[in-house]
Amino acid sequence: MANRIGVYVCHCGTNIAGKVDVAEVARFARGLRGVAVARDYKFMCSDPGQEMIIRDIRELGLNRVVVASCSPRLHEKTFQNACLRAGLNPFLFQMTCIREHCSWVTADGLEATDKAKHIVAAAVARVNYHEALYSRVEKVHPDVLVVGAGIAGMQVALDISRAGHNVHLVERGPSIGGHMAQFDKTFPTLDCAACISTPKMVAVSQEPRINLMTYAEVVDIKGFVGNYTATVRVKPRYVDMRRCTGCGLCMEKCPTKVPSEFEAGMGERRAIYRNSPQSVPNKPVIDAAHCRQLGGKKCGVCAKLCPSGAIDFEQKEQLVSMDVGTIVLATGFDVFDPTPLGQYGFGRYDNVLTGLQFERLNNAVGPTDGKIQMKNGEKPGSVGIIHCVGSRDTNHHPYCSRVCCMYALKYDHLIKDKLGHDTQVYNFYIDMRCFGKGYEEFYRRVQEEGVHFIRGRPAEVTDEDGHLVITCEDTLLGRIVRVPVDMVILCTAMTPRADAAEVARTFGISQGLDRFFLEEHPKLGPVSTATDGIFLAGTCQGPKDIPDAVAHASGAACQALSLAARGEVTISPTISHIDPDICSGCKSCIDLCAYSAIEFDERRRVAVVNEAMCKGCGSCAGHCPSGAAQIRHFSERSIFTELSGMLAGLPHPPAATVAMAHPIPAAETHGQTAQGA
Amino acid sequence: MEAFEPTIIAFVCNWCTYTAADLAGTARMVQSPRLRLVRMMCTGMVDPKYVIKALLSGADGVLISGCHPGDCHYINGNYKARRRVKLLNEILTGFGFDERRLKLTWVGASEGNEFAATVNRMVEDIRALGPSEAAAVQAL
Repeated sequence: MANRIGVYVCHCGTNIAGKVDVAEVARFARGLRGVAVARDYKFMCSDPGQEMIIRDIRELGLNRVVVASCSPRLHEKTFQNACLRAGLNPFLFQMTCIREHCSWVTADGLEATDKAKHIVAAAVARVNYHEALYSRVEKVHPDVLVVGAGIAGMQVALDISRAGHNVHLVERGPSIGGHMAQFDKTFPTLDCAACISTPKMVAVSQEPRINLMTYAEVVDIKGFVGNYTATVRVKPRYVDMRRCTGCGLCMEKCPTKVPSEFEAGMGERRAIYRNSPQSVPNKPVIDAAHCRQLGGKKCGVCAKLCPSGAIDFEQKEQLVSMDVGTIVLATGFDVFDPTPLGQYGFGRYDNVLTGLQFERLNNAVGPTDGKIQMKNGEKPGSVGIIHCVGSRDTNHHPYCSRVCCMYALKYDHLIKDKLGHDTQVYNFYIDMRCFGKGYEEFYRRVQEEGVHFIRGRPAEVTDEDGHLVITCEDTLLGRIVRVPVDMVILCTAMTPRADAAEVARTFGISQGLDRFFLEEHPKLGPVSTATDGIFLAGTCQGPKDIPDAVAHASGAACQALSLAARGEVTISPTISHIDPDICSGCKSCIDLCAYSAIEFDERRRVAVVNEAMCKGCGSCAGHCPSGAAQIRHFSERSIFTELSGMLAGLPHPPAATVAMAHPIPAAETHGQTAQGA
Repeated sequence: MEAFEPTIIAFVCNWCTYTAADLAGTARMVQSPRLRLVRMMCTGMVDPKYVIKALLSGADGVLISGCHPGDCHYINGNYKARRRVKLLNEILTGFGFDERRLKLTWVGASEGNEFAATVNRMVEDIRALGPSEAAAVQAL
């Protein structure tokens, strides 16, 4: 039976029709072999657009459909579902893009129309060789793996566990809580960070459905959506978690002191330590790099003192493997190290701090018990806050970190609040970005508290007779100002984790230009990734404040949960098939397959694809010397015909003659341009 | 005689370069219309036959573009493409084609600007090379 192809050319409002002569493309399509009907319409993806396709399939007996509109990455599923509703196998459909790759990027309308015709001709040629394919249904393991236990990871774990699913929550650090646990207050409400995050930390540790693994890292992921196997490396803590009571005696007597990471270098910790007295789990860990005993020297003081015998220097790292259906990454951010910005004197002058260091200084359980003071213990009489350090800077990170304006305002308020109104606070900003709920109001409030705002990016911070002097062009006054201050706070950028590339590879996801993890779609898929079943939560996807991170996390939890709760997932049937009649049994595909999905049938002397393991990458098909291996939907025949359609009428005719190369049947009756169907 | 405008076929992987092409489109980065995309799931599925077929069917150049080394959605398909391109370069010369007609690039999913630049650079390069040797090859 000859194919009856329907071609649908979308205007996409003026997005396509503004450049491409869509009626002309539809007219051209009517002349292509096998095309029974070709229409153009304002919005193909709309209800009437889809209805039009469904009606044509039914009434005109179409057995192939081509839609030329936006990128298939956006609406392929939409139209496949429309075909399905009309009783047509969704793989007898081809979507081709004349928007992102044609109308939006071509300067000249005639050329765009010409290109659109080629694109449509290729799709029509190819669809002739499509086969009906049937998706495979696989079970989804109900458990979820959450990586990172900051505020976003904790939110994900709580949301999912409360829905009745088991969560494996893996945290790299010795305790959970992430950056939020280091903060004192949160903007704009000035909620105490501990008051709102510690209950969450405790809830996580007490939730029976959450398997909390601290001091652990995911080292390997295998499998596919719904059926992942994760390997987690649990680092030796040298403290038996079951025996330890968290009394803290060991930490008091440990002779080794090193700068504390949790205190951002503002305080010290011992070699056996916990981040704070409120840590969850509230049990210490031995830092093997600094411990005297583990370093081969004579010590073991902690072991002698421990009343419960919990110290175990013989602990070894463990590899734990677990089956999960979906994965949520909530690996967070790093704080930009301002050392490369030497002009601000970080690391050179005692009283130049990063924002995170100031958070610790200001924190009630921080190194100064919350007293804002200089290195010499005195109260600063004036403080300069430099915004956008490392962000909005093409030398470092071009993006805006989205939180610095607001936390700077929080510092403004807290400094005035704690040190008194006579303390002068100067903000050096480029633009104030106070876009969230209640943020602009908070900005106004801080302005009214008498904080100074100087618009400009400071040139340098110098030390003049024991005073720090900030030199800056005030771009509103148009002159250079020199502001003497006692303390400088640098609002450092939020950056991707230093090992983000490594993590991206482990999980098979991508990074954006800014090196944060890349979401599936910037607007419509902000929590999913290109890899099915792997989702993003919080700042690993881009800078976020706490409300946004929590909202993002709940979104990710919901998406992971929708897969887990449904319990099954359809797997694309566009996988490899090796024709046993053609296969010569050379076995070269077997070693090529990255998924070990091809086995050799010794009896028949042919290679056989294991359909459950094949992902359809086509390594075998691209190589097979006899052409026996073919990827369904991307068969050699489809690609060859696609090429012939793409190159038809060449070499290089002007637009008009392309149409002439495919004479248009005059008596084409049902091919009328659809008018407001 | 009219100025020569090349026609280029690009085999791009769904996960990186096709996504980058979408991004370039969304950002309205103007590109030469002379390059036409064939969407593949992975550069590793680009059979060398496709390249030869494209060149023999009238394409003046072929671009294969996928994920950066190490970033392949299918673990290592792009490395396989790289090996095939290396061999193809030798075969094409044997066929009588200038080996510069085939180009392999890595354009990641977020590199819309890089995609647009790649397209325009490729079109420039092939324009400078002139029409394909296909007619001469087929006459042999």
